[in-house]
Amino acid sequence: MRGQASRKTILAFIGPAVFGLAIVGIAPLLYALWTSLHFFNLTKLRQIEFIGLENYANVLTDEVFWQAMGRTFFLLGTALPLQIGFGLGIALVLHKPGLTILKTLTRLSLVLPMATTYAVVGLLGQVMFNQKFGVVNQLLNGADINWIGDPTNAFAMIIFWDVWQWTPFVALVLLAGLTMVPGEVEEAARLETKSWWTILRHVQLPFLIPGLVAVLILRTADTLKLFDMVFTLTRGGPGSSTEFISLMIQRVGFRGFDQGLASAQAVILLIITIVLAQIYIRVFYKEV
Amino acid sequence: MAVTPSDADPGVFTAATGTKRRIANRSVIWQVVLLLAIMLVCVFPFYWMVTTSLKTQIVALEAPPVWIFEPTLDNYREALFEDGVLRTLINSLIIAVCTTGLALLLGVPAAFALARFEFRGKKDLWFWFITNRMVSPIVLALPFFLIARNLGLLDKHITLILIYLTFNLPIVIWIVTDQFRGIPYDLDEAARLEGASQFTIMRKICLPLAMPGVAVSAIFAFIFSWNELMFGLILTRSEAKTAPAMAVSFMEGYNLPYGKIMATSTLIVIPVLIFALIASKQLVRGLTMGAVK
Repeated sequence: MRGQASRKTILAFIGPAVFGLAIVGIAPLLYALWTSLHFFNLTKLRQIEFIGLENYANVLTDEVFWQAMGRTFFLLGTALPLQIGFGLGIALVLHKPGLTILKTLTRLSLVLPMATTYAVVGLLGQVMFNQKFGVVNQLLNGADINWIGDPTNAFAMIIFWDVWQWTPFVALVLLAGLTMVPGEVEEAARLETKSWWTILRHVQLPFLIPGLVAVLILRTADTLKLFDMVFTLTRGGPGSSTEFISLMIQRVGFRGFDQGLASAQAVILLIITIVLAQIYIRVFYKEV
Repeated sequence: MAVTPSDADPGVFTAATGTKRRIANRSVIWQVVLLLAIMLVCVFPFYWMVTTSLKTQIVALEAPPVWIFEPTLDNYREALFEDGVLRTLINSLIIAVCTTGLALLLGVPAAFALARFEFRGKKDLWFWFITNRMVSPIVLALPFFLIARNLGLLDKHITLILIYLTFNLPIVIWIVTDQFRGIPYDLDEAARLEGASQFTIMRKICLPLAMPGVAVSAIFAFIFSWNELMFGLILTRSEAKTAPAMAVSFMEGYNLPYGKIMATSTLIVIPVLIFALIASKQLVRGLTMGAVK
């Protein structure tokens, strides 16, 4: 019978992994929880003192925190539709029959942005978007746009790189959905109508929904995680115009040295993430 | 050559009349143009990174940028041997290989248990693994920094090796569980009738068949660890400094050595690219944790 194993056997198999992950994943979280209930400043380590929920109260009423949160969701709200739009376009082009070799090459080139080290994307951004000797301004007919030093432009630049890096991911997810459409169904539909839009809406869309949901949840989680690329590109600036939530927590904790406050912010971020993960599981792993 | 539609194109069957054929041809041309455009957008930043890495500082700072110039490997030589990028690359390699190995060692048996046994709390375990994939590293970086500081573990390889387990272990367990599930249970059964222990069954029967999944998960773990910046930045100073952290440290000062920064970037990206291309077919599955196959 399936699943017949003694408790000891199961523990022997799964124990080491659980133990390992508990040490590096749970113990630090408990410590963060403890820190978040204290006044804990790296420059005033003698004055550590229990202050209850004061840090949480400060975070929840802190305008800067909510601004960073709003900025993060604004980035998601602008980048994700672009990623889905372009991604769907790319998936449809790749799904069209014919041109096998060219399509394989395109598919391989889609891997490049996804695999690029996030930090390197930011460094590359600095080089390509430089006002004076950047190639982007050159390609824009010698425009003299200050990308990195202007709040709006810097934000646009972050959107550009996020879209560049993650559109291929969305495209490949949606392509996987398109290939799930049974061949006969699609061919029958093509005999009925020539409009690609009708086919997309009525034949292909149902097969794309699971992929779209996965993209929505994972992109939300990844945007809340976003740090490396923005850190190397703008460090959150100019001002705080590109300071997203993870960058802000890092600044408060390591450049402002207020570990207590930063931990409270991190715990709140963690709660949001757990809710997201719950939704993800509910949608995709019913059978477990 | 590429403009001819293949036999698989349904357009060919319906394109009986000349007009229809012309429409079909035009749409093929469009497809070619679009495919080339997609490739160009994906590849261009790479092209620019590599060419910039081959420019001298003077050429790199020319405005508007030059496209044709005499390439030089000086940036690589200087970065690798004078600025110590080589050491940080070795650090990154040591850390990525060790954490991947450790993740496999702990993760493969756990994956076997998740695929083969029924037990209480399995669902919670699953949930915990996925949550780890989604948690922002900053949440762990704050307490980990304080703990590592108290234990004198700052700037040590082992610290990063351990903390990278938080995302490597879930990904390994994920992909390998999936792979184990695909192996018919009859094989286990037959071996058990001959008196093999569960451990022997895993090692001798299932693991060889699950090798593709193990390899892909190892590639993922390697890529994620190699690419990681935040922990490297916060938890290392010099001894265990990783390559991405090194690339960032070039960004200080007024006159930035762009050629050198791009040379370092190229050195960081090349190994990742090779691995990612090897695993390209599984990439989506890995990134969505199996939700999209």
